[in-house]
Amino acid sequence: MNTNTDTDVIDATKDNTPSAQYTDIIYNGLWKNNPALVQLLGLCPLLAVTSTVVNALGLGLATMVVLMGSNIAVSLIRNYVADAVRLPAFVMIIASFTTCIELVMQAFTYELYQILGIFIPLIVTNCAILGRADAFASRNPVLPSAVDAFMMGLGFMVILVALGAMRELVGQGTLFTDMQLLFGDMAVNWKWVVFDNYPNVLFAVLPPGAFIGLGLLIAGKNYFDEAEKKRVAKQKIQDGPSASKRVRVTGQVS
Amino acid sequence: MALLRITSPHTQRAGRRTAWVMQMVILATIPGIVVQTWLFGWGTLINVMIACITALLCEAAILSLRRRAVAFFLKDYSALLTAVLLGVALPPIVPWWVTVTAVAFAIIFAKQIYGGLGNNPFNPAMVGYAIVLVSFPVPMSQWLGVQSLVSAQDTLTFTQSLQAIFQFLPVVESHALIDAYTMATPLDGFKTKDLLTAEEAFNTVPALHAANLNSWLWVNLAYLVGGLGLLWLRIITWHTPVALLGALLVMSGFFYGVDSANAASPFFHLTTGAAMFGAFFIATDPVSSCTSNRGKLIYGAGIGILIYIIRAWGGYPDGVAFAVLLMNFAAPLIDYYSQPRTYGHQKAKTGLKIGEDN
Repeated sequence: MNTNTDTDVIDATKDNTPSAQYTDIIYNGLWKNNPALVQLLGLCPLLAVTSTVVNALGLGLATMVVLMGSNIAVSLIRNYVADAVRLPAFVMIIASFTTCIELVMQAFTYELYQILGIFIPLIVTNCAILGRADAFASRNPVLPSAVDAFMMGLGFMVILVALGAMRELVGQGTLFTDMQLLFGDMAVNWKWVVFDNYPNVLFAVLPPGAFIGLGLLIAGKNYFDEAEKKRVAKQKIQDGPSASKRVRVTGQVS
Repeated sequence: MALLRITSPHTQRAGRRTAWVMQMVILATIPGIVVQTWLFGWGTLINVMIACITALLCEAAILSLRRRAVAFFLKDYSALLTAVLLGVALPPIVPWWVTVTAVAFAIIFAKQIYGGLGNNPFNPAMVGYAIVLVSFPVPMSQWLGVQSLVSAQDTLTFTQSLQAIFQFLPVVESHALIDAYTMATPLDGFKTKDLLTAEEAFNTVPALHAANLNSWLWVNLAYLVGGLGLLWLRIITWHTPVALLGALLVMSGFFYGVDSANAASPFFHLTTGAAMFGAFFIATDPVSSCTSNRGKLIYGAGIGILIYIIRAWGGYPDGVAFAVLLMNFAAPLIDYYSQPRTYGHQKAKTGLKIGEDN
């Protein structure tokens, strides 16, 4: 399910110390191990509901709340659940939080709840959430788990909103339409018509536009990573070879 | 860079460079462009010009971004060919930004992002066409009326065509209504005949009048002539077009025989829309179609069947672009199952065997 978790799979169940530094957790969630750009998890909502900023933000927030709740709960029970039944237990926890957020959205943002429709209950099946529960929260204390959930959720939401903004701008020529669905009456005037008389580009509004948008975002991330790698390599050449000349010839050479 | 699309290039005449092939295909579209200009006014020519400029600019920009030799790749004429094919496929007075979007998408996303000429799995021109067809259904469905059918003061002069393309609607008073000079194509007319039987539709629907049908017959004949020229030059082989038109003929003939009250005749299907254009200019794209002769037959027949299915039961009046794109998906698979027998071998290799060193 999750192959890029080398940094945080070190078993820290026994002693109560986090397996990773908080800076690492933040860097992993937002950039290096971003659930949307690198793990490519939760693509179903990512592609389906990002047609406008408000839809993306609504689902991003809901996912983040569920992720934080499930990570904290899983971390609290991590020493009391047998290994064999841990996945059903995690799924139960995630499903409970999803039901909570669904009821909350139904109560406070009813129209947005109707627009997002099936994709709110489908948060249960978002692999990013189960992945974090199993790969991080079940091996780490509460606080690191909560930070990890917040950062992963934020990383997911940022990409969701970026994609929503791209598709809304290209598709309808506006930004932040209907923000009152999420923020109430004060957001009625937030709509920003970027281009007047814009012909709607249906392609960007329809799901294929989401695939291309996500592809461009991933390409952008790879471009920055590549540039950074080149910069580091250049730095290394300038610094010259390291002083130690010993070569390891036994054991696992990684 | 020579265009290798056959297994034994040494038996071909020397000098068949990519640029020469592309130039010949562009020249072969000239009969079609002339007929379209004669029937529908200057719009087609203006579209082709806009498309060519956009294509060259996009190609040059992306090539320099990719740090490739700009002049070398521009001189292979492939971007220009894509532009010309798109320019004649788009409706004659489509606003300029539709043409620019289509061409830019075709060159940047369908061709260069995949690695440039020779690496694109889909026909760039048809990707561009499908994008604007899905995105801008209104301007894409406004085909210009045949000049002989449109009342005299409503035919567009050259400057009026320019106005129509570069502004949302022409501001000339007599052209206040876009309906005055646009008209449904025969395929549109037949698609929206609703409860009329085919015979009633041909008698009453304006788009299905003989003059309109004849104009589309002329367009298709012109592309047939251009396509026969390509065959004669041996730039394309007969397999794809014959299989495509044959499959379309068989499908339309079968359903016409079963239910002649609601289906159109095979002749109608072969002489309207982009039947000939698709068969000779789009489906024969050497990059995105099949390689072996047997593969080309399967590929062409698949496109013909899909065209009929989309025309008869799909949401769009014509289906050449979508049919070609769908068969582009299938082309690699068909290639695996249609490899010719190597001389001296008992039987041909078919399929992809896992673990075998191909």
